[in-house]
Formats: sequence, C-alpha cells, structure tokens
Amino acid sequence: MAVLASKIDANTAGFRANEAHHRKLSADLRELIAKVALGGDERSRARHVERGKFLPRERLERLIDPGSAFLETSQLAAHELYADVVPSAGIITGIGRVAGRECVIVVNDATVKGGTYYPMTVKKHLRAQEIALENHLPCIYMVDSGGAFLPMQEQVFPDKDHFGRIFYNQASMSARGIPQIALVMGSCTAGGAYVPAMCDESIIVRNQGTIFLGGPPLVKAATGEDVDAESLGGGDVHARISGVADHLAANDEHAIALAREIVAGSNVRYRDTVERQAGAAPAYPSEQLYGVLPRDTRTPYDVHEVIARLVDRSEFHEFKALYGETLVTGFAHIDGMPVAIVANNGILFSESALKGAHFIQLADRRGVPLVFLQNITGFMVGRKYENQGIAKDGAKMVTAVACAKVPKFTVVIGGSFGAGNYAMCGRAYGARMLWTWPNARISVMGGEQAAHVLATVRREGAAARGEAWPEAEQKTFMDGIRSTYDKQGHPFYASARLWDDGVIDPADTRRVLSLALSVACRAPDGDADTRFGIFRM
Amino acid sequence: MFKRLLIANRGEIACRIMRTARRMGIETVAVYSDADRGALHVRTADRAVHIGPAAARESYLRIDAIVDAVVKSGADAVHPGYGFLAENAEFAAACGAVCTFVGPSADAIRAMGSKIEAKRIVAAAGAPVVPGYLGEQDPIMLASAAEEIGYPLLIKASAGGGGKGMRVVRSAREFANALAAARRESKAAFGDDAVLLEKYLSAPKHIEVQILADSHGRTLYLFERDCSVQRRHQKVIEEAPAPTLNAAQRVSMGEAAVKAAAAIGYEGAGTIEFITEAGQFYFMEMNTRLQVEHPVTEAILGLDLVEWQLRIASGEPLGFVQSDLTIRGHAVEARVYAENPRKKFLPSTGALPHVRFPDGVRIDAGVVSGGEVTMHYDPMIAKVIAHAATREEAIERLNAALGECEIAGVEHNVAFLRNVLRDEAFRSGVYDTGLIEARGDALIPAESPQMTIAAALILLDAQRTDSPWQRGDAFRVNLVHEQRLRMRRRTDPIVANVAHDGDGYRVTVDNRTFAVSGLSVVDRRVDAFIDGEPFRCSYVSDGDDLYVMRGGATEKFSLPTFDATSFAADALSDGRATAPMPGQIIALFVKAGDTVRRDQPILVLEAMKMEHTIVAPIDGTLERLALTVGDRVVEGTELFQIR
Repeated sequence: MAVLASKIDANTAGFRANEAHHRKLSADLRELIAKVALGGDERSRARHVERGKFLPRERLERLIDPGSAFLETSQLAAHELYADVVPSAGIITGIGRVAGRECVIVVNDATVKGGTYYPMTVKKHLRAQEIALENHLPCIYMVDSGGAFLPMQEQVFPDKDHFGRIFYNQASMSARGIPQIALVMGSCTAGGAYVPAMCDESIIVRNQGTIFLGGPPLVKAATGEDVDAESLGGGDVHARISGVADHLAANDEHAIALAREIVAGSNVRYRDTVERQAGAAPAYPSEQLYGVLPRDTRTPYDVHEVIARLVDRSEFHEFKALYGETLVTGFAHIDGMPVAIVANNGILFSESALKGAHFIQLADRRGVPLVFLQNITGFMVGRKYENQGIAKDGAKMVTAVACAKVPKFTVVIGGSFGAGNYAMCGRAYGARMLWTWPNARISVMGGEQAAHVLATVRREGAAARGEAWPEAEQKTFMDGIRSTYDKQGHPFYASARLWDDGVIDPADTRRVLSLALSVACRAPDGDADTRFGIFRM
Repeated sequence: MFKRLLIANRGEIACRIMRTARRMGIETVAVYSDADRGALHVRTADRAVHIGPAAARESYLRIDAIVDAVVKSGADAVHPGYGFLAENAEFAAACGAVCTFVGPSADAIRAMGSKIEAKRIVAAAGAPVVPGYLGEQDPIMLASAAEEIGYPLLIKASAGGGGKGMRVVRSAREFANALAAARRESKAAFGDDAVLLEKYLSAPKHIEVQILADSHGRTLYLFERDCSVQRRHQKVIEEAPAPTLNAAQRVSMGEAAVKAAAAIGYEGAGTIEFITEAGQFYFMEMNTRLQVEHPVTEAILGLDLVEWQLRIASGEPLGFVQSDLTIRGHAVEARVYAENPRKKFLPSTGALPHVRFPDGVRIDAGVVSGGEVTMHYDPMIAKVIAHAATREEAIERLNAALGECEIAGVEHNVAFLRNVLRDEAFRSGVYDTGLIEARGDALIPAESPQMTIAAALILLDAQRTDSPWQRGDAFRVNLVHEQRLRMRRRTDPIVANVAHDGDGYRVTVDNRTFAVSGLSVVDRRVDAFIDGEPFRCSYVSDGDDLYVMRGGATEKFSLPTFDATSFAADALSDGRATAPMPGQIIALFVKAGDTVRRDQPILVLEAMKMEHTIVAPIDGTLERLALTVGDRVVEGTELFQIR
C-alpha cells in the first residue's frame, strides 16, 4: 500500500508555533478534566470515604483489569450548564475491561449532589447504554444515587429519553443477551431502585447499599411507619428476604470481586467482522499533529498530513484521488483494523459529495468501518452550484451516511458547520462514537457568516421601514453574534451538552479510535435466543 | 576399592559423595523416602532404593531399612554423610556386619558420643579442656575451685539444662550469692541442688581441626576451620584457615587434635571442635564424621576428603605425611538455607520453580530448578564455597557469587549472608560466636523499593496483549495514565502507583516516588534506570507468583486475585440459623451461652429421612437456643442466634 509522504517540515517556526498553540489547548483540556475527575468537593469526598466507601473512580479502577485502558465518555457533561457545579454530571461512564471482557461501566458519583440525576446525567447514562447496545457490551452499574434531582424533575422524569428510558434499555438489552449487572454500593432510591431490580444479576453491599421505592422520610409521611434505611431496604433485607439482590457483599471490595466473577462467567462471545492484522505505528508520530494543525480553523491545510499521523505505517490506499479533491477517501488500518477514511480537504462540491456517496457505499458493502475526519465549512454556495444541483448531490452523500450500516466513527478535527456536519456523519447520523478535538468549532455556520447574514437581514428590514441603522450599532450587533457563536461553537460547550462523546487530545486519537474500533469490529456470536414457555412465578 | 557405595543420606551431601564415588569408578546407590522420589540425589545415583515414608524417623533414621537396602542393592560399602545416622554407633555396627562402614568404629563413635566421657578421654590424652569443677558441693570447696578456674565463670545445675540454675559470675564478690541462687533454682527445677563450675568464655571463637587417620596408625591434622559465625549455635559461614590463628597456635591446636583422635584409636575423617579465647583453646567435642563445612578444607589443601574417607575405609594408607600439607590461599563457605530472616529465620518450605547458581565457585547443592524444600528435613538449599589467594579475595568472590544466586519459591537467607560478609568485624577476622546476635536487625535484609518497582512493571508488562484494551499502560482519556496497582509483596497487600510519563514511568511505592526510564523487560530480565541509577534484576513467574531476584535476594509478588470467596463468610452471616425444612431435632451439641466457632456443629435436624447437621455460621456466643432434642420445627423456625 502507498505510504503517505509528509510535506511538512517540523523544523519551521510555523510548525513550532502551531505546536505550542495546540499543546496549550490539550493542556487546558487535561487541566479541566483533571478537575472534573475529582468529582464533588473535598468535604463530600472526605465524608464519602469516612463511610468506608471507595470513591467512584477507585471503584472503577478496582473493577477493571490492572493495566487496562478505560475509554471514558462524556467527561465534560454538564460543564457550566447549571447554576450548580455538577462535575461530569455526577456520573462516570465509559468502556472498560473487566475479567478480559469489555463492558460499559456506569458509576454514580455520590459526592456530586448525592449522585442525583440532573437532565444531563440522564442523557449521559442513556448514551452509555446506547454505546453498550450498539457494541453488544455487558453493562455494569455501580449504583450510589439518590435518584432524580427533584428541583428539575420535569426535565428528568416524563419524556421518552428521560429516566424511564434507563430501565427500558435494561430490559431491551437483557432481551438481546447483553448482561446487565448492578452493584448497589449506596442509595438506590425511588426510580433508582429499578436499576438493580431490572438487572440480570445484582450485588448489594451490606450496611451500605439500600434499595427502596420510598425512603424512610417518604414512608413516614405516607403511612406514619418509623423505619430505618437498613431494615427498609438494606443488604440483608434484599439478599435474604426480598430477593431483590442476588449477592450480599461485605464491602465495596467484595462487591467488585463478585462483579468480576459474574462478568467472567457471562459467556458473552463475539466473532470478528473484519480481518485484523498486527498493528503498527504510523511513520509519523501522532504528536506531530500539534504542529500540523493551523492555529486558525479557517486556514486550509492538507488533511493527508493528519491521516499520515493516524494510520498504521502511514499506509493509505486512496480512492478517487484525482476526482473531487476536496474530499479525501481511502482505506487504511488503525491498530491492525481496516478503516475507510472520509476526510474533508476543503469545501464540499458536487463532485466531492458524489465521490463521498460512492465511497461510503463501497465501505459499507465491504463491511469496513468508516472513520470521518470532519473539518468542513459546508457545501459550496452560489448560483452556479445551486443550478448544478449541489443540494441533490449533497443529499446523496447524506443518504449514504445515514443508511450505511457499518460502524461509523467521527472525529471533528476542525470546523463543523452547516450541512457539512450532516454529510460528514454528525451526531444525528448515528456514529458509534463521535469525538471532538480542542481546536474544533461546531455551529450551523461560522460566527462571521452568521453575523453578516443576520446583520444583512436586519439592515434590509430597517431600510424597508425607512429607518437608519447607525454604523456603531451594527458593529455592536455583529460583535454580539460573533461572541455568542464563539461561545456556543466551542467544543467544551458542545461536549457539556453531549453533542459528542468527548473532547480528546489529537495525540490520543489513534488510540481512542483503536479502542472503539476493537469493540465495534465484531458481532455477538451466540446461540439463537432460547424461548421459554410461560413460568408460573 | 569398593565396587558399589550406598549413601545413607540425602540432599547436597549425598550428591557430593556420589560425585567423588563416580570419579573413582564406584557405582552409587541412593536411598530415598516418599518425599524424595524425584529428588536430585536419587536422579544422580546409578540406582536407588526406597526406604520408607517421608518422616526421617521412618526412613533415613531406620537402621534396618538401610541395612536392607545395602543387602538388596549389593553395596559393599555405606557412606553415612552427616546428620541422620552418621554418628550412630549401632548403625556403624549394623553396616559393618554386612559391608564396610565408611567411618570410624562403633566404639570410637560411642566414646565421643558422650560429652563428659569424651572430655575425660581427651583431657587424659593431654589436650586442653575447658577448666571446670565437678565434685563435692561444700560451698567452701566450690569457692576455692572457683578461684582456681578464674572469673568470669559459669555455675550450672549438674542435673540441668535450658538455662535453669545457670549463673554467670564475674567476680569473687558475687560468687556466694550467685551460688545460693543457682542452687535454689536448681532444686526447684530438678529437685537436686548439685552444681558444677566451668570457665565462662564471653567472646569465644569456634575453631575446629580436621583430622584424617588411616588404619595403619597414621593420624594427620588438615588444619582448622573457623566456624564462629553462628546463629543460635547453627553455623552460618565457615572459613579456612582461621584468620586469627598464628602458626604456632595452628600447630599446637593441630597436634592436640591428633592426640585426641589417637587416644581413641580413631580411623577415618573426623573433626575436633575447640572453643578459643584470648589465644587459649579448649576441647569441646569431636565429630566422628564428615562435616558440612569440609569443602573449605578441601579447597585450601586441594584434597578430596570423601576420596580419602573411601581410601581409608578400604584399608589404604594415607599417601602423605604432615609436612606434605600446606595451606594454599583461603576458602570461605556460606550455607544457603530456606529460611526467612525477616521472620526470625523460620524455615520456609515449598517448591523451587527456579534455582540458578553462578559459575566460578564451588556449589554443593541438593536441589535443582523444579525441586523442593520439604518440611521433613533440614532446609539447606546449597553451600557456596569460594577459594582465592587471600581471605579478602575469597570473601569478595563469595559475596559476588551469592549476588548471582537466583532462588525462587521459598524464602532464603542469601541477602542475609551477604550482609554478614560485608560486616566490618567479619572482614577484620576478629569476630566471635556472638557476632550475629550483637548485630541484631542490622543484618536482616531491608526491603528494596526498587525490586517492588520492578515487580509492578513486570506485572503490568505481563498483562499486555494484542488488544488495545490491554497494553499494560492504563490508558485514560485526558487523564494521567496512572495505575494504582494493588499487589502482594509476599503476603502483604501493597499498592504501587504507576504513572506513565512519556516513555518512562513515575512509580510510587512505600511512600517514595521514583522515576523509571529506559525500561526493558525481556527474557526474564529487567533493565532500567531508577532515579538515574542503572537497575537490573531477573525474575521468574510461577503460576500467580512473581519472583524478582536481584543481588541474591528474592522477593515474591503477586497481583490481587479478585477472589470473592476470600471474604470471610462471617462478614455476610447475621448469625441467625433457621430450619431449612420441617423436621425434628435429633441431637444438640451445645447449650445457650456457649462460645462457638464458625462451622462448629450445633444440632442435627432430621428431615425427609436425611440428617442435616446445622453448623455455626459465625464465631460468637450462642445467644438464643430454645430447642431440646425431640422438638419438631417447621421451615423457617429460628434454631439459634449467635452474636
């Protein structure tokens, strides 16, 4: 296969300036993540530990295999979203390896508002389940949550993608043979009680975990009965009397050991859907991406330079290299797994859209996972292009993206504007996972264009009414639009709302893709579902 | 010369004797117990005879079984080695009845077997014995005897043992009181207040002389060995010649030894043990056999003592005279034991998945990789003997050789031995039998954080697979790739924090953080720089256990097993037992208020024609037990409650 030859000189001032700029962005990202990863404030963490409980990250670390990777998702969920500070939306989610099997792990963080579910907590939990469903990964819920965040109940409780969907997902996944395992390591109140109740197998920690539909205060209010939490729904109650829990654990450590045993015995099997080969590092190290990327998203650069730093041995079998050159398409390997890469190299024209549609069909037919490297200001506009039917050609590519059944992955490596976002497998197009680089910007159009469009509309309106619009006011108006777009187009803003699965360091992209591909490039390999007669319970 | 030699022993000494026999063209016969079926000495021998169960009492100490083996194998000689039956007169006699016993006569063994008798014989022959008094108990007589012996002296209960009734008296002023006290104690402990007096040596050396005596009346001394490095009377390091002896002392000690041996008409190889202090030496006892530490003598004389034992036993005369014997260089031996210096030197037993000894020194080992140290016998793994032109060189060579030993599977004392070899007093040669005790914990090997770091990195490396999920690097999105690696060091749970830092690591163990760079884990070897210092070690894995070996020291590590069953059932039981099904109580083993242990039977319930024994789910006190035998219970009836 052809090896991409980089034309970039790493010894130039420009390269070094780029590098400093992007390293700084990554450092800022890491600093922020380090902060949210702490969870709640020091006082609530100390109180949590005093109760003999492991902190959520320690629970997670102890659950997964020593030395193994954890592909955490939605780290910035709820970042600067609410009046309250809700780090990571009070829940840790991601894919981790337990007893040699990849699992989706969901850990409530009781140090953040008692682990209650804000709207974004629900969204994050549901997203984790979606990842589990799409990749057929066992789910492990480490539950320690007071249930819905009551002050915002109307945004948490009733709608289709609200709290109830968590249990719907559990039932649906269980039906598909995706193991659902709960470790009750703290409260599981009200709706939360259904997390363990809906699981295939559940573990409760004695004198620590509780499961009840109504806690002691609610019971007192409803029936006047005085009852303590442990006798109402503690470990002994559920393991010995109610049968809501299947295993009683002495402490967090024991619960984790039991969970690992359960996963080890889950008998989840897969078959590869792609031909894997030995992986090999790119000829150009991923760290050079910092120097390759221009400091301004609007500065054009050759996306081959990015591909060369992501794929095995920098080998790239390019498809239609000479046609529709603003879209680069071709086959490569990431860590030994085949991928079909679709990468923007300028604005989308009809030819590039047609080429994209063709290539996506090709990849889908061959069963090769698609990787979109998104850096797109949009489709070409103007009379010539509209008359040629660029909307029709763009629709072909969007159709191809929407219908392709192979696993799709998207990395927003620069701008993500307008319909380009859709054609390049934006969030709405069912990418198995979608990540954003810290330099990315995402919005319906660029801030500059939006300012001009909106100012033009307003100016014309004013002119029609025969009013004057002073130059100074126009400038203030346009600055306002620009700054709103700047703020809302920032990847942290996007990630806080779960428009992606996380902002990642460009240098980690290859590894992140490799992790995600490895669970996507396989299909469940089980016997046909057993159908039982009706048991009289 | 003999045709076929049976070695009535095991371990390193059996192997060592076989080596000489083979060189001399003599066939070898091993004997073995159940525990030694696959042992090295059995595999080394030309043939082997099973002599009984593992316990030494039922195998290696059974005279009849060994004599049977001699007859069965057609051996024409028996070498007893050391230990077991080596100094048993009956055994010598029994062997002598069917073949040749390689050793002294039964009478000689008997004569030296009694310490008092031996002393009497040796004193009569004119060799010095520890001055003492064993006679009339009149206090005035005792006091004057004390004056004659000189202070400090020891008052011992005649009937005694175990330190009861024993007093060290430093001056005449203390004598009367000490005597009275010793007598009281002695009377109370043994019902007899008779005492004996003996010169007390506060800082003695243990120096022994090797002798060889043929059946033609020639007895020679093969110079001495200094065996003063002892721990609880167990020799640890031996050397030849003794570093503090001058030529004149050497001759007079050697001649005294020859006199002692000649006095009982000794034949074969033997050792006369002396204690020495301030240039004086006193006979202690004679060992009528080959000593463990004989190789240092062999090294400095270029002789094979086992060969001469065999030649003498077959009637050959010694082929040299005293003046032919000269000391060449210096030899030091260290005894490698399976014992745990950090746990009061408790013996350690188990399989030895990996054993490797260095070249360039003499190794007398009884095990190889895959062997084991059993609980049934002496836990010695090997002797390492270094010989060089000077004492200093010999010590250095031994120290270096011990540093290259790799022993995995059991706790051992190699690092401890190296600490002794580095001790200044030992280096000076001026040390006494109290050396190890005086040093206390200073000689106990310290735990090495570097080895723990290496273990953490090896264990992580061992996790690596082709999967991107398991590269051993604890990849985290946007967070430090940090692994809090929970592991066990021996049996202690510890945590090593391993942070991936570019191409290197920052590892925190024992509350200290180290920078590790240039790590390579290849071919069971680790090479790295730890805080800039080059670090190298080797390792072997055996099942879940990892043994890291460096400079002779071995540390055992493992990863947590995530074993849910390791959590005590206690933690999960509420102490209450209910009837599992309807039935009748047919037996009760305890009553309310009794203290019970987990799994202790409490009662028997007969149900569905089956007897169900109900046991205590936890330790505790039986708080409620309202049943009596004959009671019928329904399912769910509370049987008892333990708190």
